[in-house]
Amino acid sequence: MTTYSGFEARNLAYVYGNGPLAVDDVSLNAAPGSMTAVIGSNGSGKSTLIRMLAGLLKPRSGSILLGGISLDEWEPRLRAREIAYVPQSTATVFPFPVIDLVLSGRSPHAVRFRFESRHDVEKAREALELAGALHLAARPFTSLSGGERQMVILARALAQEPRTLLLDEPSSSLDLKHRAALIRTLTQLRQSRNLSAIMVTHDIQLACAFDRIVALRCGQVVASGTPDEVLNDRLLRDIYSDPNVRAQRIGDQTLVWVDLQGSGL
Amino acid sequence: MTGARFAKAMAILTLILIAAIGIGVSVGSQRIEPALIFSDPFSSTLFFRLRLPRVLLGLVIGASLAVTGGALQALFRNPLADPYTLGVSGGGALGASIAIALGWSARVGGVPLIFAASFAGAMVAVTFVRTIARAGAVVLPGALLLSGVAVNLIAAAGVLTIEYLTDPTSALRILRWLIGSLDVVGLAPVGRMMWVLAPAWLVLLFFSRQLNLIAIDDDTATTLGVDVRRCEGIVHAMCALIVGVTVSAGGAIGFVGLIVPHAVRMMFGEDLRIVLPGSLLLGAAFLILADALARTVLSSAELPVGAVTGLLGGPVFLWLLRRRQQFAAM
Repeated sequence: MTTYSGFEARNLAYVYGNGPLAVDDVSLNAAPGSMTAVIGSNGSGKSTLIRMLAGLLKPRSGSILLGGISLDEWEPRLRAREIAYVPQSTATVFPFPVIDLVLSGRSPHAVRFRFESRHDVEKAREALELAGALHLAARPFTSLSGGERQMVILARALAQEPRTLLLDEPSSSLDLKHRAALIRTLTQLRQSRNLSAIMVTHDIQLACAFDRIVALRCGQVVASGTPDEVLNDRLLRDIYSDPNVRAQRIGDQTLVWVDLQGSGL
Repeated sequence: MTGARFAKAMAILTLILIAAIGIGVSVGSQRIEPALIFSDPFSSTLFFRLRLPRVLLGLVIGASLAVTGGALQALFRNPLADPYTLGVSGGGALGASIAIALGWSARVGGVPLIFAASFAGAMVAVTFVRTIARAGAVVLPGALLLSGVAVNLIAAAGVLTIEYLTDPTSALRILRWLIGSLDVVGLAPVGRMMWVLAPAWLVLLFFSRQLNLIAIDDDTATTLGVDVRRCEGIVHAMCALIVGVTVSAGGAIGFVGLIVPHAVRMMFGEDLRIVLPGSLLLGAAFLILADALARTVLSSAELPVGAVTGLLGGPVFLWLLRRRQQFAAM
């Protein structure tokens, strides 16, 4: 068996309808065990990028290789054992119990026309535990709050046992405690399963915990490097097109904020 | 665990269906002595030519409408979707009315015209409703139901126009057939329907795993390895086929596809791999019982079964609508 090379995306571009390029010539690598955060202002093409990597959007041009094979040549169920996608929200209107929803993450591994085995149920409970949502197992998904839903969706993706996790703003509704738990879970899975993660986020603290940060503006990569390299006043002002963005290191954390007085408020 | 739940659900629903068949064959304006079914020619004819075929037609149509409703609800992630509310039955009815106006027994390439026309009408309706309600990648639930209403209105106006223009006998025939009834003579027509329906049911059951994932979310289903577009196309075609056959045989019987899958969900949970086969069994039992009620509720005459399901189903629809608004915005 050759060594698994993870994700390699080359020169990706995407256009919605007749609009401007939403993603313009973006390249990105995610070797096994690597953690990449994608940051950028609203509408900078972050979600479009991650949706292309998840196979939900077909790139206008460029190539995505997964383990050296083009993404659209993968048999969908086999691909689903490699990549799991954590969307911002889930559209269901049916009161699926949380455990059933997480069990759906086992379907790429399930034998056709068989129900999930006891083993699958154990995996689903493990995933719920990792995501800190085991106490929700019996609740109907539709009765959960936004943050609880995000924890369950994460558990569903973990139950898939992928090698790469793609996350689209997984912490947008999480409180501080669960945000910290998310960082811990991802780091822990990197150590135990060599999981790699690509995450779109507005949460700079979360991004700081990652190896690499890729910053997008208007669909293009404007900065790419370690958190230390990317998170400085000059680059951040460029990324967010706001002269009042400030970054400051406190210990080994970087604090980023907008100086409201400076912006005339 | 899901496997055990499945087995339990199928066992219970099969018993309900057997009980419903028992009730269905034993009630009616003429009492048939079970002992005489095989010996007495009159009882035998009554039983095998009228009573049993009617029960079996109810079984087949009830099962069809219910499984279609369950599949459409999952596909559109809308608990209010069913062949009737989405205008699929309406489209089928318009197609069938055109065929009736042209003559009951016309055939095109061996296929009865009424069936071909009804299938075409149903297919146009489902495609139309979905196209209208789809904004980009999402199907808007409110728009879906409203376009279903619009299709039903257009279809109803079309049917009225045909009734007005055609000769009085055909018009009366269309009117009586439209309300939905299970009048049938002999077992042969039911057998012919099964040639189309049984494979279509199997295809829907085959897709229940995928539909279960689509019921959660399109993107989730896609990233779990489901080809959502292909699944949608196939399920639409199968639903239109099933509705086409049932509408051309029994008229536009309403709300079965709405009530039954919800009842199965309440009893055995949300898993489509249980809801779809469960709806087949319970739908069959439900329509047999509704027809038994239609045949006996008035002492002087029989009601059309479509009137009974409509009177029962309308309030259920409103109740679901009200319940839904509590947790999800339209």
